[in-house]
Order: sequence, then C-alpha cells, then structure tokens
Amino acid sequence: MRFIICVKQVPETNDLKIDPKTNKVLKQGVSTIINPFDQFALEEAIKIRKEGDEIIVISMGDTETKSTLMRCLALGADRAILLNDDCFKDSDTFGTSNILAAAIRKFDDYSIIFCGNSSFDTGSSQVGPELAAILGIPQVTYAESTEKVENGKIRIKAQTDEGYRIVESTLPLVIAGIPPSSFQPRIPPLPKILAAQKKPYEVWNVEDIEGDKAKFGSTGSLIKVKKLYEPPKREQGILITEEPNIAVGKLIELLSKDKVI
Amino acid sequence: MGDYKDIWVFIEFKKSTIRGVSFELIGKAKELAKKSNEKVCAVLLGNSISKFCEELAYHDIDKIYLCEDAVLEEYLTETYSSILVDLAKEYMPNIILIPATKIGKDLAPNVAATLETGLTADCIDLNIQEDNLIPTRSVYGANYLVDTICPNKRPQMATVRPNVMEKSEVSSKTNPELIEFPVKIDSSKLKMKIIEKIETTTTDIKPIDEAEIIVSGGRGIGSKDNFKIIEELAAVLNAAVGASRAAVDAGWISKSCQVGQSGTVVCPNIYIACGISGTTQHLVGMKSSKKIIAINKDPNAPIFEVCDYGIVGDYKLIIPLLTEALKKKLSQN
Repeated sequence: MRFIICVKQVPETNDLKIDPKTNKVLKQGVSTIINPFDQFALEEAIKIRKEGDEIIVISMGDTETKSTLMRCLALGADRAILLNDDCFKDSDTFGTSNILAAAIRKFDDYSIIFCGNSSFDTGSSQVGPELAAILGIPQVTYAESTEKVENGKIRIKAQTDEGYRIVESTLPLVIAGIPPSSFQPRIPPLPKILAAQKKPYEVWNVEDIEGDKAKFGSTGSLIKVKKLYEPPKREQGILITEEPNIAVGKLIELLSKDKVI
Repeated sequence: MGDYKDIWVFIEFKKSTIRGVSFELIGKAKELAKKSNEKVCAVLLGNSISKFCEELAYHDIDKIYLCEDAVLEEYLTETYSSILVDLAKEYMPNIILIPATKIGKDLAPNVAATLETGLTADCIDLNIQEDNLIPTRSVYGANYLVDTICPNKRPQMATVRPNVMEKSEVSSKTNPELIEFPVKIDSSKLKMKIIEKIETTTTDIKPIDEAEIIVSGGRGIGSKDNFKIIEELAAVLNAAVGASRAAVDAGWISKSCQVGQSGTVVCPNIYIACGISGTTQHLVGMKSSKKIIAINKDPNAPIFEVCDYGIVGDYKLIIPLLTEALKKKLSQN
C-alpha cells in the first residue's frame, strides 16, 4: 500500500512580527519545525505500515521546506516531494488543497492520505477535509489512532465532542490526525539522519503536477486577507499578593465592581 | 452577487437538544441580516428533528430547511455534506454559518471545497459590508487577528467558535416558512460506518466547550483527590471543570476537560486558572476568555501575564475561602 503524508513546515514560535504593508508575517530568521500534528500523522503511517508499503511525504513550500522533508525521511518516510513553484505562492487553504490534490493524483494507487488535523501557526483545520472533497474520498478528522487495515477497510478511533467513536471506512481515504496527550515527538538519531540523505527527494513544479493553474496560488485563492493586526491589548492585570483571606476579599470586591458576580 | 440571498445557520444537536452555539449563530445572523436586508434561515439535518421547528419559531427566524431521515441519525461527513451541498445549490444562500465544533469543523471545509467556495474557520466575530461577509479569526497562537473576505464566490462560509456571540433572544412566536428537503441517500452505498461510540462526557460532567464559567486546574493541583477543591468552587458557580494538559496527562481528570491547543479552545465569560503556570499551548486555548482569574504560587508564572486578576499564593488555602465567599455573595444576590 502507498501512504501519502501531507506535512507543513511551521515557525517554531508564534511570536512573530508582521509587515503592515503586505499583511503578512515576517518569517525570516525564525527557525522552523514540522507541524507537530503532521509528525503525529507520519508516526501513525509508520505504525500501521507493513513490509512492501511505501510512505511518501509531500509538502508545499519554499526551498527551505527541504529540512522538514529530510526530517520526515529520517523519521521513517521512504520518499519526499517538495511542491514548489512561483504560481503556488499565496495560496489559501483551497489553493493549497488543490495543489496537494493535483500532486496526489499523480499516484493512482494511494491507500491513505494522512495529515495533521490542524497546523500550529494558522490552524484552520481545512486542508484534510478539502482534500477529501476534491479527491472524492471519505475523511476522518480528529483521528487519534488508526488500526490496521483489513480487507480493504480501516478502523479509526476519532474524537467527538462527547468522547470518541470508532469508524470503519473504505480505502482510499483522508485521515486528519490529532495526537493523544501521551504523544511525544521523536527525534531521529544521527545514523537515520545520515541515511535519509540517500533516500529519494524530489522537487515538483506546476508542470510536474499537471493541475489546473487557475486553482493555485493567489489566483485560485477564494479567501483574501483584508487585514492582519494585533488584537486589542488586554489591560494590565491586577496582581494580589496579600494573605489568602484579604486576597479573596479583594478579588470578590473587584468582581462585584465589574458586575461579573 | 445578486442571485445568492439569505443567511443560513446550520443547527447542531446534542443529546436531542439544540446546542447553545446554534442560538448564538442565530443571534448574529439576525444582526447581520438586518444590515444586508436578508432573511435568516435555520438548516436542520437529522432524524426525528421536526419537533425542534416549534422551538425555533420563538427566535424570529424567517425560514426553516428541514432534512429528516433515519440515515441522518448519526453524523457522517458523506451524508451531511452531500445534503448541505445539494441544498445550497438549489436554494443559493449568500452566507452559511456553522458552529466551530468537531462536527462543524469536519463538515464545513468538505462542503466549501465541494461547492468550490471560500470558508473562514473558527471565527470570533462576523461583520457584513454590503453583501460581503467579513469574518475575524485569530492566528499565530492568538497573537494576531485576521479579517478576511471572499469577494468572488458564493455562498460565503464561516465556522464560528462557541461562546463568543450573544444568544438570540426568545421572542414571541412567529411562523417561519418550512421547506422540507427530501433526503435521497442509499445507506447501503455509504463508504463509512460507525462501529462504536464511547462517551467520556457523562451527564454529571458539564462540558467545557459551551460553559459560561470554567474553573481549571493544572499541575499545581498535585493529585486527583485535590481536584475536589476545584470541583467545589465550580459547583458554586455552576461552572464546568477544566484542566491543563499536565493534569490530564497525570490522569487526574478526563481528557474531555482539557483546555488548550491539543484539547478544546474555550471562550467563557469567566476563566479561573488554579495551579496552571500557563504554557503557550494552554494560553492559546483560553486567552480569549472575557475575564481571566489566575491563582498560582509562582508570581512569575506566565498565566499572570494574561489574567485580569491574579492571586499569588497556595490554591489549597485560597480556593476554599473563595468558594465560601462566593457562596455567601451569590446567596445575597
């Protein structure tokens, strides 16, 4: 079986400056990581893989995204593809999903597309379901655990607002994973990092994915950013350091004054 | 875009009641519809749900689209998405609002991509300029806000976080137009089925996602037993009990109570953080709460940077005093 993992490289921190002229965050000089939920998605693929299965990681991004893809190879992926072209720039989630879908369509025999349920930076949780809709296959979001595949079907444990449910789906499908609280991202050991250098790494451009250019990048984006701005500053809070009895009295007084109690 | 009219609200149910967030969306839809001179319509998908039309008639809405069938008993992306897509294609709404719950966030992007239209997720505010919806959402760990627009496609879609908007007020009874939309789904052809449901939120645990007040405990609480102190305060305030990831990981409290990036993002009127230092991933999950109160031993804990009122001290001494004081205060009101 062939598993395709969609990963996003994200800034390591969300303390970023914005350029008020372009409405964009300034990412230069900020170190990057693989989106943690995407690493979880990759680990789930590694968990259920059997001999002969292939794990391909793909990412849309600039050339610096190579470091994230190399890390995925070191963690256990077999092949990495960077989707990079000037006409991919400034894609919204729909543009991104169309680019990823076009690349995925190059493989007619994929079984599972894994991605993280949301990203650390912009976190709209849209790409997984949008991919499923574009490719016309089922989706499971908030997936916490994937069980092994049998007879062309897969069972997945997914979070719901009431708890969990176990669903069974036909293949292929999109699984958007959310790590259980016990999840700790692995750091690949040095020999694996070195071995990753020998694994196939490719860069695909718009010709390689043969998609509908009109649906990519800023041309294909349906949502435009009107304004990116800092939220109104919270007023400096009041810190009460008196002994408990007095402190509680003060707090009650403040809350009554605010009419919240 | 002339042919597309009206504001739709996707109504979500929970244990045979309408989820509170649905009324928040109706409230906002009415406000927007007044400005754009459009109608407010409720969209109901499910099994045996026609009884809710009566309740909705007290919210001054104009139309109800009812899609009722046994196949819709449980939420599945493929059934709900295909019906909402068909409905939108036939009746052409200008705006579709969906709660940013786990169901809503699974459904909305699938519908948007199928309709090839724009969606803004997890909105905390909505405005309208002429017939353009201008949603606001927070990005980069709630450090920034972004206003978006979908200028060239209709319907415009948004998922909206629970608890950020005022609920629609109950009005005198009106007579909304009822449109029953036939459900034509062959359940034998579905690609997915539910094998098992595991409910971790029992009826005696108040869910955090729609709570107006949340009292949360973190690593500083120290043990499962000590959470009783938190629960007693929550009981007095009729609040939900929340927790940081550290407390959940320690096994002191259920995962469903976890506030934060890998748990639930909440926005209550009052958030009381006890023994929570305030990791980035926790702060992202509660920073937008209207009033934040923090109790922590460490005066340098990051939680104090986002709180309105902070008490530096031992929660074991402070919380029981606060519980008593509030009990007294609330009985006087």
